[in-house]
Amino acid sequence: MSDLASHDPKTATEIASHVEEPSQAELHIHRRNAFSALGWARDNLFSNIPNTILTVLSVTVLVWTVPPLLDWLLLKATFLGADPQACRDAGGACWSFIEVKHRFILFGLYPYDEHWRPLLAMGLFIAALAASCDPRLWNVKILYVWGLVLPVCGVLMWGGWLGLTFVPNDKWGGLPLTLILATLGIVLAFPLAVLLALGRRSDMPAIRAICIGYIETVRGVPLVSVLFMASIMFPLFLPEGLTIDKLLRAQLGIMLFTAAYLAEAVRGGLQALPKGQYEAADALGLGYWQKTRLIILPQALRLVIPPIVNQFISCFKDTSLVIIIGLYDLLTTAKTALADPLWRPFYIESYVFAAFIYFLFCYFMSRYSQYLERRLNAGTRR
Amino acid sequence: MSQDAPKTPWWNDRAIRAILYQILVVGAVVLAAWYLISNTLDNLAARNIATGFGFLTRESGFAIGESPIPFDPADSYAKAILVGLLNTVIVAVLGVILSTMIGTVIGVARLSGNWLVARLASFYVETLRNIPVLLQLLFWYALITEGLPGPNQALNPLPDVYLSNRGLKFPTPDWGGVEWLVLAALFLGMAGTFLLVRWAKRRQALTGKIFPTIRAGIGLILGLPLLAWIALGAPTQMNAPELQGFNFEGGHSVSPEFVALLTGLTLYTASFIAEIVRSGILAVAPGQTEAALALGLKRGQVLRLVVMPQALRVIIPPLTSQYLNLTKNSSLAVAIGYPDLVSVSNTTINQTGQAIEGVALLMAVYLAVSLAISAFMSWYDKKTALVGR
Repeated sequence: MSDLASHDPKTATEIASHVEEPSQAELHIHRRNAFSALGWARDNLFSNIPNTILTVLSVTVLVWTVPPLLDWLLLKATFLGADPQACRDAGGACWSFIEVKHRFILFGLYPYDEHWRPLLAMGLFIAALAASCDPRLWNVKILYVWGLVLPVCGVLMWGGWLGLTFVPNDKWGGLPLTLILATLGIVLAFPLAVLLALGRRSDMPAIRAICIGYIETVRGVPLVSVLFMASIMFPLFLPEGLTIDKLLRAQLGIMLFTAAYLAEAVRGGLQALPKGQYEAADALGLGYWQKTRLIILPQALRLVIPPIVNQFISCFKDTSLVIIIGLYDLLTTAKTALADPLWRPFYIESYVFAAFIYFLFCYFMSRYSQYLERRLNAGTRR
Repeated sequence: MSQDAPKTPWWNDRAIRAILYQILVVGAVVLAAWYLISNTLDNLAARNIATGFGFLTRESGFAIGESPIPFDPADSYAKAILVGLLNTVIVAVLGVILSTMIGTVIGVARLSGNWLVARLASFYVETLRNIPVLLQLLFWYALITEGLPGPNQALNPLPDVYLSNRGLKFPTPDWGGVEWLVLAALFLGMAGTFLLVRWAKRRQALTGKIFPTIRAGIGLILGLPLLAWIALGAPTQMNAPELQGFNFEGGHSVSPEFVALLTGLTLYTASFIAEIVRSGILAVAPGQTEAALALGLKRGQVLRLVVMPQALRVIIPPLTSQYLNLTKNSSLAVAIGYPDLVSVSNTTINQTGQAIEGVALLMAVYLAVSLAISAFMSWYDKKTALVGR
């Protein structure tokens, strides 16, 4: 600024005129907007006859659905402190159902007085997840963060230490359980997925056959059947006397299932690498594992981060299937909350509440995956 | 330079190493399998459960709510599982057809120049694909069984069509047995159209003459049954559902479980198909449309002859995965009590204790169905693929 002033004596008036100008331009834009609102409507809503018909149809649908929906959601709805009878009399949404049941829906059978523990664990966990989403933090530090957060979460959830009462994991439920199943499902599946993807592209026929067999078999069957296998067959696989609990079995099932899908995403990245990278690594005389660890995987995995995030979204949604083997995840608790005869009619509120939570997580992740795609492509775009 | 180059020691020879690695991995897999199987056999022996598929011929002793073929509890487990499979196939086939139709409409709508239509379509896609399909199924099921009135106050949106918490009831033609002849005429019309298309294509390739196949095809498919119906005396007798006591008699009925499953699966899958269709259309370079228009083709021809064949190449592989997903997701029927393959197998496992055989059978059937769908779609994919150099 001072530089400018020293060079030019007329800066003050210049600046004044510069200050003046935008406000005039703004006025102009405002004036144009008044016309362009109509112009915009003509361009985007009524450009020709079919378009006009479509607009009229859409508006009809909106008029037909939105007012009753708003009426139900807000105007006729009952909020805090209403009892079931008041809800029924009002005829709208019964949000006091959520007020009464939200702790059960969010935390399941976890002891009521200890709910702050899963809440705190979840908060830490989500904060760590959010931090991991920032590409600037993709280095060793983020591993330290997780190395600290995970044990703390474990202590908070299980307890039995530092004066916290012990809560066995068959009492866990609700959103923390959904988050645990989805995150561990992806994280544990990841190393297996990388090995399967490398195996599928290996020159060794026996190894390739085993990997293809595993991937195609798991991808060909529904997750429900994998969960059945985990809940009914795993106990038969183990030697007499050794049992694993239900949660761990479901987690293993989800992990084995996710690994097959994740392996295909990783394979996509391996195939997308230019052949020259493999050849250059060979020319340097690197061995297979050196080549893979230092040259191939770092580049291939970078390419497939968006599909991995997408896989995380499906894994997050798919954990809801554990309702079928009787685990108390978010969907199960939302459904179980309806078993209370007093509040039985308010199924829509319960499902909308659960759906909203799932939606928030999935929508954020899908936006994040789109952002990553743009960011990772920034270097290669022409 | 030197006569005898330093010989690679055998443990550093790539070929020998490869064989070694493979023996190690296969050995580990076989060992793990052997360990699991021997444990399983011990466990089964300890619990006195016989192995093998002998149970399939035993009397099942359970009733199945809905079945396309007659089934009663005296029938065998094998037949029960067949009924489950047929129910799965019915839902999957209808779901694939409906979700393709809805998905295509929504996908095209998202690209519409009409701002409102595009926004509504985006809202549909973003909402439905970010909520677990199982939650949607439970929602639809609750909406039907809790939200709809009982048969006494059934909704009556069309004459003789009733919607209640017992499901959907609609009339079926009762033309004294001749409805089969009309149906036969319909199939004849479809077969005729198929032959006509082949003939018209060959003729166009040979002579360049274009035959109006679409109009002729529609004429055949609609006209033949209509002619047959008139020739048979235009019967209008219907078998209409009627309220008797606490439920409806007559007509055809569709259970709440089926309606909920089909609605949920269709709407969920359609949101994914919409995105696939959208990306497929966007993948066709705009120059293609401009070039086709410059050649003097009409809008409809541009879409049918230039844009769609190119878009389909991009659309079909991911579409195949969506069809497979829909088929696999139909297994969620077990959560709302529609007797599909998983639900029937689950009952069978609970009754007989044959967990391993049951789950193995289940997985084998789904694998076979998945492979059949992929094989069909890859055949179709090859047919439409770009013939390059």
